[in-house]
Amino acid sequence: MSLSNDRIKERLAERFGEQVSNFAEPYGMLTFEAPKDQNLKVMQFLYEDEELKFRFLTDLQAVHYPHLQERELAVVYHLHNLEDNSRIRFKVFTSTATPDVFTATKLFAGANWMERETYDFYGVNFIGHPNLKRILNVDEMDYFPMRKEFPLEEQTRVDKDDEMFGR
Amino acid sequence: MARPVQYNLSGETNAKLVKEGPEGLGGEGYFATSLDKVVGLARKNSIWPLPFATSCCGIEFMATMGAHYDLARFGSERVGFSPRQCDLLMVMGTIAKKMGPVLKQVYLQMAEPRWVLAMGACASSGGIFDSYSVLQGIDQIIPVDVYVPGCPPRPEAVIDGIIKIQELVANESLRRRNGERYKNLMDSYGIQ
Amino acid sequence: MSDHHINLPEGSIGKQTTTLNLGPTHPATHGVFQNVLELDGERIVSADSTIGYIHRAFEKIAERRPLYQITTLTDRLNYCSSPINNMGWHLTCEKLLGVKTPKRVDYLRIIIMELARISDHLICNSIVGVDAGAYTGFLYLMQYRELIYEIYEEVCGSRLTTNIGRIGGFERNFTPKAFEKLEKFLKEYPPVLREFNNMFKRNRIFMERTIGVGPISAERAKNYGFTGPNLRAAGVDYDVRVHNPYSSYEDMEFNVPVGSTGDCYDRFLVRDQEMWQSLSIIEQAYRKVQEFSGAESEVYHANIPEYYLPEKKDVYTKMEALIWHFKIIMGEIDIPPGEVYMSVEGGNGELGFYLISDGGRTPYRLHFRRPCFVYYQAYEELVKGSMLSDAIITMSSLNLIAGEMDC
Repeated sequence: MSLSNDRIKERLAERFGEQVSNFAEPYGMLTFEAPKDQNLKVMQFLYEDEELKFRFLTDLQAVHYPHLQERELAVVYHLHNLEDNSRIRFKVFTSTATPDVFTATKLFAGANWMERETYDFYGVNFIGHPNLKRILNVDEMDYFPMRKEFPLEEQTRVDKDDEMFGR
Repeated sequence: MARPVQYNLSGETNAKLVKEGPEGLGGEGYFATSLDKVVGLARKNSIWPLPFATSCCGIEFMATMGAHYDLARFGSERVGFSPRQCDLLMVMGTIAKKMGPVLKQVYLQMAEPRWVLAMGACASSGGIFDSYSVLQGIDQIIPVDVYVPGCPPRPEAVIDGIIKIQELVANESLRRRNGERYKNLMDSYGIQ
Repeated sequence: MSDHHINLPEGSIGKQTTTLNLGPTHPATHGVFQNVLELDGERIVSADSTIGYIHRAFEKIAERRPLYQITTLTDRLNYCSSPINNMGWHLTCEKLLGVKTPKRVDYLRIIIMELARISDHLICNSIVGVDAGAYTGFLYLMQYRELIYEIYEEVCGSRLTTNIGRIGGFERNFTPKAFEKLEKFLKEYPPVLREFNNMFKRNRIFMERTIGVGPISAERAKNYGFTGPNLRAAGVDYDVRVHNPYSSYEDMEFNVPVGSTGDCYDRFLVRDQEMWQSLSIIEQAYRKVQEFSGAESEVYHANIPEYYLPEKKDVYTKMEALIWHFKIIMGEIDIPPGEVYMSVEGGNGELGFYLISDGGRTPYRLHFRRPCFVYYQAYEELVKGSMLSDAIITMSSLNLIAGEMDC
């Protein structure tokens, strides 16, 4: 692997300085955090730079941390450099009150449905997305089911005996 | 080596030609029985299924239709996808709430007499998916005749379900679909 | 509605497009997704896809279940090749827990995974044949899926949704009967596959139906996030087994077939070649398994008492085994905190598992990176301008499994 995690960290630090933070390497994959209004700039830098050619978006999804104030929703991007075979993960945090994040669809066409799925499950509003509506759930659903406060089961079910199911 | 040929000259035979023939009076060249038994016998051996396959059970259905577990020998040679032409709606796989209206629409388009077979745990009762988006059993929206449990059910179990459907078809009275009880059943599902 | 580049000769009256609903209820094979096509005569002007008709909320269910109960969920992702999903999940857990599996377990896993890959590609290729009008190939090849099912039954007991293996290995050693069945498969399948190739590969009608249909360039495919045979047919040689080897794939020698134009014919050929490569990998792994002798040939799991159920005779006699048995069954084992992303080469491409654990007994967040979901976005681009029957063949050659798309 010609591109090492330290080299990526160096390049990011020299370009973005203090804005990229929280560098960690869980299980070998470099992970860092960027402020949410810089997410496109970071991805564009990783895409266009001739040394760090992260031109493949592997995954885009969100995590809900209800205990963190002002940073409850984390949108996580996994990028992959196919030529040098290195992977990177970066996160942007946003609050549930204003869950607006810039869309990555202009850079990666594959982010389209991934962002729709994130919106469907967590309510993250992607600014600039061409078609932000629900994709997997029914269109009439008015809440965002993957957030921690909502239950898994359907609440209107009458035939399940809670005592026997241990709830 | 060929075995020696036997000719059945005496006219006596131990084998019954029609294994489960209906009861009635018969003789040389005629057989009298009630109409619904004859119609049942004819119908049960030519059930045309509509495979409404949504997920994993659909693949087991493909295996059942294949040469190993041949479903065609029970009369289901022609699977159709047009509801108007089919008798048996086989619902195979999880039905999510988004898919529910589609399933109901397909059921409504079928012509009487129609039967429904719920194959698999997901179609019978929601299966292992006790979540907000899965319909917990298709009998919440359409009436079901036979449930085949399993996840996915083995092809032998599917064939067993089809045989039970055949028994239902054979023994059904011709007036059942016009009767009071059937009408009440349809009303409870909101189907005219 | 009549705003899409319709070429009208001079003096014509205004024309409209036809809306055709290629609805959720397809003829059995593909799965439930809907496409609303705008047709100008026979040509497709636009395609609007709707999915979610089999959304089962796996990710939310996974937040409720301990690690080994999630294996049953992963079965139902790409149900044509469920052992690969199971092994992928076990590899993710082993990466999080830091478990190293013995070599024999790795080779047995390779055998099972490649069998699953063969069964997945087998269905896809024969369904492409069915959609082009040739039903016979499908019937011939489905028979050999029965042989693969028999091998799964010997190892784990079930045919389709296998729940095969455990974190650290397998639940029981492979019986000699299983190896017999494997040898039978390795002997009987290649001639049938060759016959299938003779029927399809240079068949004039099939070639006319599939060459030039639904092409995609390598750049667009990478931008969309395509992986697996669809990406390799477009010319990019990205295979997770080679780039991030897992389960001792680096000990196997195999080629990665790559196409050029990314159309349906290339996808068919890539899948076909991958089946031949899988057969060769299975033979190599089987030979390596047979080389183990003595005590080593009885090894079928790693030694991790916290996640692997102890032997029943130990449960009845030893104290630690009883305690571990109780804790595992009741689900009271705590997963170490951490976040890990692990991907395997599934039948359709890179199947990724992103697991975040906060130290409780169930994952905090589990996300499945499903290859079908990612590449189905490109469907409109693939079929725009082609005819309706080409749309059907493109859909089946992409190998869309609805269970994987809607997770």
